[in-house]
Amino acid sequence: MPTRGFAGRRPTDDVARRLPPGQHLELDFPVLSLGPTPQVERAAWTFTINHGPRPLARWSWEEFGTLPRTSFKADIHCVTKWSKLDTRWEGVTIDDLLAAAKIAPPTEYLLAQSHDGYDTNLPVKDLVGGQAMIATHFGGEPLAAEHGGPARLLVPHLYFWKSAKWVKGLRFTERDEAGFWELRGYHMYGDPWKEQRYTGDP
Amino acid sequence: MTAVSPPLASQSAWQDAVIERVVHRTPRVASLFLRASLAAHEAGQHVDVRLTAPDGYQAQRSYSIASAPGDPLLELAVERLDDGEVSPYLHDVAQPGDTIELRGPIGGHFIWRGDDGGPLLLVAGGSGIAPLMAILRHRARVAPATEALLAYSARTWEELVFRDELLTDEASDPHLRVAIATTRGPRHRPTDVEHRFDRELLRTIVAQWNQAPKRVYICGATAFVEAVANAFVAEGMSPAIIRTERYGGA
Repeated sequence: MPTRGFAGRRPTDDVARRLPPGQHLELDFPVLSLGPTPQVERAAWTFTINHGPRPLARWSWEEFGTLPRTSFKADIHCVTKWSKLDTRWEGVTIDDLLAAAKIAPPTEYLLAQSHDGYDTNLPVKDLVGGQAMIATHFGGEPLAAEHGGPARLLVPHLYFWKSAKWVKGLRFTERDEAGFWELRGYHMYGDPWKEQRYTGDP
Repeated sequence: MTAVSPPLASQSAWQDAVIERVVHRTPRVASLFLRASLAAHEAGQHVDVRLTAPDGYQAQRSYSIASAPGDPLLELAVERLDDGEVSPYLHDVAQPGDTIELRGPIGGHFIWRGDDGGPLLLVAGGSGIAPLMAILRHRARVAPATEALLAYSARTWEELVFRDELLTDEASDPHLRVAIATTRGPRHRPTDVEHRFDRELLRTIVAQWNQAPKRVYICGATAFVEAVANAFVAEGMSPAIIRTERYGGA
């Protein structure tokens, strides 16, 4: 039923077709985090791929810098309702990471883990095939700390809480284990086009 | 990790809520009092609001709940963003008797339960007071002996949302202290300051309080929250006790 007196302010058709349900266009880049921004020194930064507790591969910042680099242009969608179009990122795809480590994914799920204790769960199939990267640059500049620098996961086709900031590694898990927000009422998968915001959304 | 209550399936369903009252609390912030049948909320949580145009177009926004758990009406304190889509409607058009859609309550991190205890350090910038107001109101009801300091910054004295309620509460509550900073207007009490919350000022305010906070909640615009949280960490506070909620976007 319409809300009395509400007309709304529609985006142009070009924008509207790129906005998932319930989202609106944002031109700034808002910051949403659970706590203070961790200050992670590049000299001390490492990135580790684990299978459960067992490390499979590990890179220092310097070693990470020698991996093949890829550019993404993507629309991003935050569960708090804003979307930002045509964001430009650079980093190392998960495909290239796995190839460099010479590992095949040992399970179908993983948790992306961050320096501040945050984690978020993802199916491996959503990270491979050129769909995701560990991003170190945004808009041509090194990624700012408040946006997750030195490096964040970027999985633009899922709500942006899945793109863990200050990422320090990926941990393969035997089953789909709920991460930080997924334990706190947010959806296990988070497809913006299906509006999978909260637990209980279809 | 803290204990987490099981998510309620009902939080995902849109429900009609009737506006019972609209109270303009400051030139830019209005409280909507809603009669809704949502599941009980925790202090600090938010709801999603959905408005529908006659042709079916819909807009959604999230707003923090300012009322305490158990209050008969749900209070949302909404800041009017002049270039916004939803907040000008809620300020200028919505009136008692109107129905809007809500879902929630949402959020399992920026919350405080009575048994979380204190001392509690709350820092608000502008309309970021809303979820902290829910925490203070809840505290007064379920754990009034919990030591609490609210450090609250607004541009002017007139823009302090809930100002009179906070001052009245402070006067009658020996365990509550309210420290006010106005950044673009004069102070009205000798104990307050006309300065933004920088590291030195925050250090002084917390030192005068003379409590070691168990939990710290910071809510406001991104730059405000970033500055306050970084200042506390630089002062040696454990990041693990600091919870943040940032208002970005329109």
